[in-house]
Amino acid sequence: MATAKSAKFDIKSYKGFKAITLLCLFVLYAPLLVVTIYSFNASASLTVWEGVSLRWYADVFTGPESEKFKLAARNSFVIAIVAATVSTTIATLAATGMVRGGKFKLRTVSFGLISLPLMVPEIVSAVAILIFFNSIGFDRGIMTILLAHIAFCIPFAYLPISARMQGIEDSYEQAAMDLYATKKQAFTKILIPLMMPGIISGFLLAFIVSLDDFIITNFVKGAGVETLPTAIFGAVKQGIKPNIMAISTMLLGVSVVMVTISYFVSKSDNTK
Amino acid sequence: MKNLMKGSAAALALTIGANAALAEGDLVIYHWFEYMPQELLDKFAEEHGVNVTLDTYDSNEAMLASLKAGALGTYDVAVPGDYMVSIMGGEGMLDTIADGELKNKGNIKAEWADPSFDPGRQSSIPYQWGSTSFAVNRDVYQGDINTTDILFTPPAELAGKINMLDGQGEVIAMASLHLGIPQCSSDREQLKALNALLQDAKQHWVSFNSDTAKEVLVSGDAAAGQIYDGFSAKAREEGANVEYAFPTQGYVAWMDNVVLLKDAPNRENALKFMDFLLEPENIAAVTNFARYNAGVDGVEEFLDPSLATQPENNPHADAGPGVFIEVCTEEVQAVYDQIWTNLKK
Amino acid sequence: MAAGAASGGSATTDTYKEARTWLLLPAWVTLTILTLAPVGMMLIYSFLTKEFRGGVIWEFSLAAYDQFFFDRGLFGDDPAKIEWTYILIFWRSIWQAGAATILSLVIGFPTAYFIATRPESQRPIWVFLITIPYWVNLLIRTVSMKFLLRDNGPFNDFLLSIGLIDSPITIVNTNFAVQLGLFYSYLPFMVLPIYAAVERYNFSLSEAAADLYATKWVALRRILLPAVKPGVIAGCILVFVPSMGSFLAPDLLGGAKNFMIGSLIEEQFKGNAGNWPFGAAASMILLTMVLILLMAYARQQAKAENAEG
Repeated sequence: MATAKSAKFDIKSYKGFKAITLLCLFVLYAPLLVVTIYSFNASASLTVWEGVSLRWYADVFTGPESEKFKLAARNSFVIAIVAATVSTTIATLAATGMVRGGKFKLRTVSFGLISLPLMVPEIVSAVAILIFFNSIGFDRGIMTILLAHIAFCIPFAYLPISARMQGIEDSYEQAAMDLYATKKQAFTKILIPLMMPGIISGFLLAFIVSLDDFIITNFVKGAGVETLPTAIFGAVKQGIKPNIMAISTMLLGVSVVMVTISYFVSKSDNTK
Repeated sequence: MKNLMKGSAAALALTIGANAALAEGDLVIYHWFEYMPQELLDKFAEEHGVNVTLDTYDSNEAMLASLKAGALGTYDVAVPGDYMVSIMGGEGMLDTIADGELKNKGNIKAEWADPSFDPGRQSSIPYQWGSTSFAVNRDVYQGDINTTDILFTPPAELAGKINMLDGQGEVIAMASLHLGIPQCSSDREQLKALNALLQDAKQHWVSFNSDTAKEVLVSGDAAAGQIYDGFSAKAREEGANVEYAFPTQGYVAWMDNVVLLKDAPNRENALKFMDFLLEPENIAAVTNFARYNAGVDGVEEFLDPSLATQPENNPHADAGPGVFIEVCTEEVQAVYDQIWTNLKK
Repeated sequence: MAAGAASGGSATTDTYKEARTWLLLPAWVTLTILTLAPVGMMLIYSFLTKEFRGGVIWEFSLAAYDQFFFDRGLFGDDPAKIEWTYILIFWRSIWQAGAATILSLVIGFPTAYFIATRPESQRPIWVFLITIPYWVNLLIRTVSMKFLLRDNGPFNDFLLSIGLIDSPITIVNTNFAVQLGLFYSYLPFMVLPIYAAVERYNFSLSEAAADLYATKWVALRRILLPAVKPGVIAGCILVFVPSMGSFLAPDLLGGAKNFMIGSLIEEQFKGNAGNWPFGAAASMILLTMVLILLMAYARQQAKAENAEG
């Protein structure tokens, strides 16, 4: 509320931006509200309301498919966290090389290579990677999914990171090095902390890309390895059931709890 | 970040460990997701001391593409639809079951013992079968629905409110029935007529959705829609006032089959599994779960009684024949592809 | 120009020049093996003969490219004319992806800006809030979105009840729904890169400018925008390029009555057609188009740096 008072003079605030942000969040969350409400539906329908019930939550934990869904959820998260971590690391190093590496001949080519996974339709990557893995005798399983996801996530992590780095003058690192810091120290102690918002953005984008990937995963996964998207899309013979909505709602619950905790942690930091 | 990585590495090791715990006897099944009750798989694993691994796909074509890209030889059995059995057979992806290898082969219902897609059941056994026709919302339209005119030259009440399946096979087979021409006909006039019919009918169609074919009927987004029998029954259970049609011109039949794949790593166990699914009690459990139909004699006593009266399972007396989607020659398929692209360009 | 450099328009330096190769090596290796090699294989496939129902026969053929550019009638034996079908499909995809990108920019930029100007400790929470919805599977999200927007759904009910409209607006199964589906699939990919760039922006520059030019909007356009351009461009790439090949959400919302590039290519590998060389050729044409665009951007950026340096 403090900002509202000084808005007239505050160079930072623009009329309407807050409204657009709220609209943006509304658009993003409105469908999730539907998901949450219908996860408590007594009916087997995704869209027809028949009264409140916890049957789909019971189904998630005790239903005949519960083990498969649990395993799928765990696989999805493990793969997403590992793939996002590895691809963000690779992307951060690459961005440093590209933005802080001076001019070099292969720069345009490198940029093309890094953006390549964005440009190839997923089904093409999927078929090509599968043929490739098979031709080198690589058994399909969780490892193949992971490798494919890492490659696929790199541009999603790279672009926000490099955009951020282009906005940081190197005077900070230069100053540190003038004070006898090594290049390595300048990189880890100065550049990386300054880069954090970019790195977090890149990590989160890579994470959601991996978590939601269906087409590539569907091809490179091996027998018995299921992720949430392949489980959901594979259920076509029986149709989509609200148990998916219950799982989704629980995922949302977990993430909202995480945000709330970090909010209060940051608030207590502020008051220090 | 470091802790995060450590944690995820541990979790990864755990996941890999869980999958690596293989016993001596294995069976690797390539199947649709949620198309077989877990208890039944457990029962088989226990009875035969076999470690069962299930991998899933979302369409016949995706399975074919995956096997073609090199996955053949890693699975023992798969569950393709009728036309796909014949395609896979033609591609040499199926192993032949010798006489006497399946002790329960005699349980297969006579009508399914010699299907066009696998004469003499050389490599397959029936799994589930049903039909693909269309359902109409009776609140919107009360007239006669047992004609394919509903889809291709609809009454005013339904025009512009029809959802089609997003699959070339189902749409073109239904259109061929409507025109009364044989499937896979290479007659140029007939193919032109087919093209013209679809071009003209498109104006009446609001969408092509397969994944949500049931949802669009339940929510009322579509007043009529091409749909699988089981989905129509579910739409009704969810409160949509829909009636499933058995057109006099005929309708599309489908049958999923368990096939023995070529180069199956555990051929013996695959045969045991097929025998297991030919026991009436076991396949009835699948039918009670999936709510389609079994192709095995003697299942009736094990079936959920409500299945017998389900309208989707009981064609009326005037219904046309149920026909399987046929597998066309390369030349005709090329024209079909062109027609399909014309339709959706 | 000087202001752009000072505010960090594109601060490309050579601080880590010696380590450059090592820094880039992991990305080069990973992407060469896992993306470039498969793409190279697809390039070869696009010049091979199709095997009926998927796969290729190792015989050189231009049939795939011929099919793309020449129309030989329903039966393939009419005299060749120029084929407009696939060009039309490509054009539609470019147009829809472009519209979705603009929509994302119009909504995403103010959002990113707003987040970047929150107190520092709260920013990560806002960023998180933008990505949380994407923890839920795309199919489920899109089905729910469709439920909200349908003719007699909650959105139309609301507008009717407040008297803003007299009859329901049809959104589902229209062209706009396709764009909405793309927008909804990729919004965070616009917001986060812009946020990462704006967060770094030195607002004293805008203050100085505002003193001179008097209006904040001019300061936004002349000073802030050039400074955060890398973020805006990164966001546009991340929305536009994947949108071109995307089809799931747009098909569900838009009704799938018309092919997008993505669904056309998917059909070649997973549909009845099973025409891998044609799918590969269409992908290569798409790839070439996008690559030319991106390379042009990269070169133009390099030129701008040369001019500055």
